[in-house]
Amino acid sequence: MSDTVIRVENLGKKYVLGHQRQERYATLRDTISNSSKNLVDKLKGKSSAGSTYEEFWALKDVSFEIKQGDRVGIIGRNGAGKSTLLKILSRITEPTKGSIRIKGRVASLLEVGTGFHPELTGRENIFLNGAILGMGKVEIQRKFDEIVAFAEVEKFLDTPVKRYSSGMYVRLAFAVAAHLEPEILIVDEVLAVGDAQFQQKCLGKMEQIGQEGRTVVFVSHNMATIKHLCSTGILLKAGQVHKVGRPLDIISHYLSDAHVSSTVDLNDWQDRETTKAAKITSFVIADGDGNETTSFSIGDDICFKLHTTFNEPIFNPSFGVIIHDSFGEYILDIRSTHSNFEIGRIDGDLTVQVRLDNLGLCPGRYLLSPWINDAAAKINIDYVKLCATIEIEAESRFHDVSPLVGKYWVPSEWTEVKAKLKV
Amino acid sequence: MNARTTDSKPELLIEAGRAEKQYWKDLWRYRELFYFLAWRDILVRYKQTAIGVMWALIRPFLTMVVFTVVFGNLAKLPSEGVPYPILVFSAMLPWQFFANSLAECSNSLISNSNLISKVYFPRLIVPVSAVVVSFVDFMISGIILLGLMAWYNYIPSWRILMLPVFVAIAFAASIGAGLLLASLNVKYRDFRFIVPFIVQFGLYISPVGFSSSIVPEQWRLLYSLNPMVGVIDGFRWSILGGESKLYLPGFALSLGLVAVLLIAGIAYFRKMERTFADVI
Repeated sequence: MSDTVIRVENLGKKYVLGHQRQERYATLRDTISNSSKNLVDKLKGKSSAGSTYEEFWALKDVSFEIKQGDRVGIIGRNGAGKSTLLKILSRITEPTKGSIRIKGRVASLLEVGTGFHPELTGRENIFLNGAILGMGKVEIQRKFDEIVAFAEVEKFLDTPVKRYSSGMYVRLAFAVAAHLEPEILIVDEVLAVGDAQFQQKCLGKMEQIGQEGRTVVFVSHNMATIKHLCSTGILLKAGQVHKVGRPLDIISHYLSDAHVSSTVDLNDWQDRETTKAAKITSFVIADGDGNETTSFSIGDDICFKLHTTFNEPIFNPSFGVIIHDSFGEYILDIRSTHSNFEIGRIDGDLTVQVRLDNLGLCPGRYLLSPWINDAAAKINIDYVKLCATIEIEAESRFHDVSPLVGKYWVPSEWTEVKAKLKV
Repeated sequence: MNARTTDSKPELLIEAGRAEKQYWKDLWRYRELFYFLAWRDILVRYKQTAIGVMWALIRPFLTMVVFTVVFGNLAKLPSEGVPYPILVFSAMLPWQFFANSLAECSNSLISNSNLISKVYFPRLIVPVSAVVVSFVDFMISGIILLGLMAWYNYIPSWRILMLPVFVAIAFAASIGAGLLLASLNVKYRDFRFIVPFIVQFGLYISPVGFSSSIVPEQWRLLYSLNPMVGVIDGFRWSILGGESKLYLPGFALSLGLVAVLLIAGIAYFRKMERTFADVI
């Protein structure tokens, strides 16, 4: 007797990328301009085929099995195919190759509040959203009170959701989906929104779903959540399954492709959020004296250099470096705005440097994400994720500093205070 | 829940180009969504309006008045022995239904694109429930026809019992054309501009403001290539009774075209549906 509930075999998904057009769909303007261009090309005897389209395999030869009651975390860098995989699993799009066999009712939550209509009231949206997710009217009525209680929106049931705070909105949306009672629940990074308390509540609910013997497939960038929630991990890399195994092993593999080098070339780094207005071309790590290295001791001084190219002029961009622990969790966020670094209008090449004195990270491996931000528009111009590594070496002087009891070390001074104690 | 119960569950196979059998089963499972989507659209449409659902009555009524004045009083076209407003309105009902369906249906996938790219359900539900919304409008406008009949003391004959048949044909024509345009619109947004044109143009080449009997005999068959000609003639035949005659060869042709339109619409939609989430 097999208890495999999801079996994926040689799954592949191909997208065809149009290179010339900016928009994803054909418009009147595109159609006319492209067809007239094609016509001109044809008249001139040129062939326009081949130049416009390129095939791209978002997933390639993906095979794995998920057993009943597994809580599977899927991780991978941006563009590794996580979302595509979830979309195929939830039948939103068809695979190009291969097959998936699924046993049991599937509910997927790829986005919080899909199908919510801002003009409708909370009550109306519960019914609408429930129906979209595949519940019947009777079923929704039965669970209605439970959903409302979970979302904590009793008072606002008859208010249009466009007047809800974003927190209330997310709570209501998650509550509907959480009460679907599917045998298999597929969840994309939805917990990134909402406040911490509610995130805990959602995680609790998902854990409960798992303990009831139901299967959870979960995508997240939050390694702490994966570690906490999942029983198995699947690491995707460039559309392929790189490794399947215990979450902790998977997570350490996930970030192992970060450069271990004091000068990191970032021209071809894929995992980034960027508007292409500017680019961090390379990132340099050095000690307080300017000698390039990636290995430090507790309390050392450290310098980061960001070499950037601005393709468009930007006024007063802000710069920063995020330091993560080896699981990708945020430890420190170092920003130019914190020291009122204003640089004016920038165009072309620019190098900035930041110096940190007495960095007290505990021994271990740390990952770095440099970024440029448009402070006025509050958007990331180029945020290069988890691309570089530094190592803090254990040292005899600090032999008893342990990451188990703290993540950060600060110099401390101890003195004896003489005071009379009444006995 | 234990392993045995999942073993007895039907297994779902996801593979390229193999969703057919499951699809119709799913359509049945999601049947309540037809209702919910239509309910949402109707609810939303009249939110924050002062006179609400009255708009569904005012629009067709005013159009009917204009048509009666222009075609009946100014152009003095023949009225087949019934009050001209009733002649106009018995055609306006199916025409408005068809025109609204076409407009709503062709836009329905685009305006629900967030649903299509984030949740699975049989996509057929979206455009069809857009037609259902137009059908509700159709029923509301029907009240005006009853009002007109009462005003003119007009009593329909037994043929009115045949009306549901013609309503069904109008439904089929709307869904067929709607599905075709909806799926084309996903890929080519040009249809956003083409559909209003079809609707506007169609109003003049369909016998809405006048009776199709004014079309010369030798052109009647050609005229029936417009599937709405058959539907509108059918409506007039069953509502007006008496002198109104059904031009049978033309009606059969229209009926055949509606059937072709419906089958082609569904087939094309099903074919394109696989790629909706990727291109929308």
